[in-house]
Amino acid sequence: MREPFIRHRGIAAVLMLDNVDTDQIIPSCEMKTVSRKGLGEGLFAGWRYTVPGGREPAADFVLNRPEQTGTSILIAGRNFGCGSSREHAVWALAEYGLKAIIARSFGDIFYGNCLNNTILPVVLADEDIDWLSVFAGGTKLEIDLERQAVTSLAEPSWMRRFEIDAFPKRLLLEGLDPIRLTLKQKPEIDAFLEADRAARPWLYL
Amino acid sequence: MSPDRPQTLFDKLWRAHRAGPGGGEADLIAIDRVLLHERTGGVALKGLDAAGLKVADPRRAYAIMDHIVSFRTGRGRDDSRSPGGEAFITETRALAQAAGLHLIDTDDARQGIVHVIAPELGLAVPGVSLVCPDSHTCSLGALGALAWGIGSSEAEHALATGVLRVMKPAQMRVTVSGTLNEGVSAKDLALYLIAVYGTAGGKRAAIEYAGEAISALNIEERLTLCNLAVEFAAFTAIMAPDAKTLDYVGGRSFAPQGAAFEEAAKDWSRLASDDGAAFDFEIQIAARDVSAQISWGTSPEQTAAAGGRVPDNADMRALEYMGLERGDALKGLMIGGAFIGSCTNGRLSDLQSAARVLKGRKVAKDVRAVCVPGSQSVQREAEALGLAAIFREAGFEWGEPGCAMCFYAGGETFPSGTRVVSSTNRNFEGRQGPGVRTHLASPALVAASAVAGCIAEPSDLKHLTGGANA
Repeated sequence: MREPFIRHRGIAAVLMLDNVDTDQIIPSCEMKTVSRKGLGEGLFAGWRYTVPGGREPAADFVLNRPEQTGTSILIAGRNFGCGSSREHAVWALAEYGLKAIIARSFGDIFYGNCLNNTILPVVLADEDIDWLSVFAGGTKLEIDLERQAVTSLAEPSWMRRFEIDAFPKRLLLEGLDPIRLTLKQKPEIDAFLEADRAARPWLYL
Repeated sequence: MSPDRPQTLFDKLWRAHRAGPGGGEADLIAIDRVLLHERTGGVALKGLDAAGLKVADPRRAYAIMDHIVSFRTGRGRDDSRSPGGEAFITETRALAQAAGLHLIDTDDARQGIVHVIAPELGLAVPGVSLVCPDSHTCSLGALGALAWGIGSSEAEHALATGVLRVMKPAQMRVTVSGTLNEGVSAKDLALYLIAVYGTAGGKRAAIEYAGEAISALNIEERLTLCNLAVEFAAFTAIMAPDAKTLDYVGGRSFAPQGAAFEEAAKDWSRLASDDGAAFDFEIQIAARDVSAQISWGTSPEQTAAAGGRVPDNADMRALEYMGLERGDALKGLMIGGAFIGSCTNGRLSDLQSAARVLKGRKVAKDVRAVCVPGSQSVQREAEALGLAAIFREAGFEWGEPGCAMCFYAGGETFPSGTRVVSSTNRNFEGRQGPGVRTHLASPALVAASAVAGCIAEPSDLKHLTGGANA
């Protein structure tokens, strides 16, 4: 059982760049131990701190601005999370306190990594991202997974629906562990493997 | 889907691995081989332990040391190229041993970059499914395997259950007709495709590469082309196995042998898209339109012909990082570094193409040039063929196999602000080190630039006069 994701209200920050890759989200040199923990400090380290490897906040980086204290939703551009498959990027975002990312599009592996860590990746149309990029920074949004809706709490008439596949939606809403779920299908998997052994004996030598 | 409907190669692989419904629109896809490396695989094994789960079939899982192993000559088994990196090596080793996985350790004669050794060892063969918590796993589709990159949680899932829940992706065919021009490599073709269609051009699809120009590529070139599919936002890439594939795979240690190989080859002969099979997207490229390429920005799509200029609409943020201006000619830009290696271009044929350029020439003063073979096998062959001597005599450092300077993990790299021509796959800000300005190119172009001291093609070197390069 994991923490379910049903609805989240939080402050949004705008990082309106395209192709923000996982090397930016968590530089490899910030991956210091064989662990999912201890990565929040390294989040966006190349942009967030004044010098490489340092810890003095760069005043101009969006998450360091006073109005962004407690940010839990990121508004991003095209192909967010592209590049390296390192799940450390998502672990860093989660440890920092991010609960959802709203972007024009996502890197494929990153999208799956978000779902596996109960960070909701939301894709909205370009004009909606444009609106958010202008008006949502430092304001509160509500993301309702059940209704598949993003609403601006500062401008409640602004509400947009988003798509998510039914199965990951259920996993998030119910806080289900996908591995435990798959293990319930073990008889089916074993039957497949037995048939496969006959079909592809060369793989089972 | 009716069995009569023409199927794509990808459809056939998907169907052969479908173990059941995966909930919603997803399928359970059987994973034949799980590859792990110390940077993201150790944490997956640790996660399994923490959850009280076991590896379902340890014989199908392989732990390989590549990402942060030292590339210094004479390295020890635990030596890392980044501070604190030793723990990733020692912990991954201990976890892999405890779980009973195949282990290909730093000092193993088979060691190398996962995506270089998986084909070398016959782990990647046609018709198998492979996953690895590494985005460049798509390389292995070059052999007709169903292979894709995943996160560490998904690696845990595959290890614990033998399957993954996956939505079948859309499908795209990229057909490259005709013949590539002299001196144009698979790397150039991959960069060209990304430059023209953008980093989102692959539309999260499974891409089948087809056409005469693809058939003409050797297996190593095919691996290079498929390697860069992830920079194109593809789910993965794939190529139909042919006589070259069978020839390459035969006799490799984890590949089926003897009668089993004959039996497998019969299965593999069916691994091609049927006539009339439907793709969601099609891209047609004429091979003759492709020239040598080099990236100028901080995304692989920010790439131009090597003889070209920074575009007039180039992204200003990228230009600021790269120290360039719109309209700048790319050739002639002074460089401080050159790197040859990685899962993209660290194979024997890559080293051969660079060595042809380097033979009898010297690296320019003030350029640090480094070559790191992709595997110990590549290294041994390169030494036996005299390539290592050519690199060394030219002034290249010659490293021990691994990912090396493809990405910065702390530790040794080029100084901030250095312009580096690199045979790797990513030119992201800081990828090769804080402030390092990476230009992606083919190994031949990296070699030529190292000699010229500025971005150059091999054909430009004949114009150089004076000194050792006369």
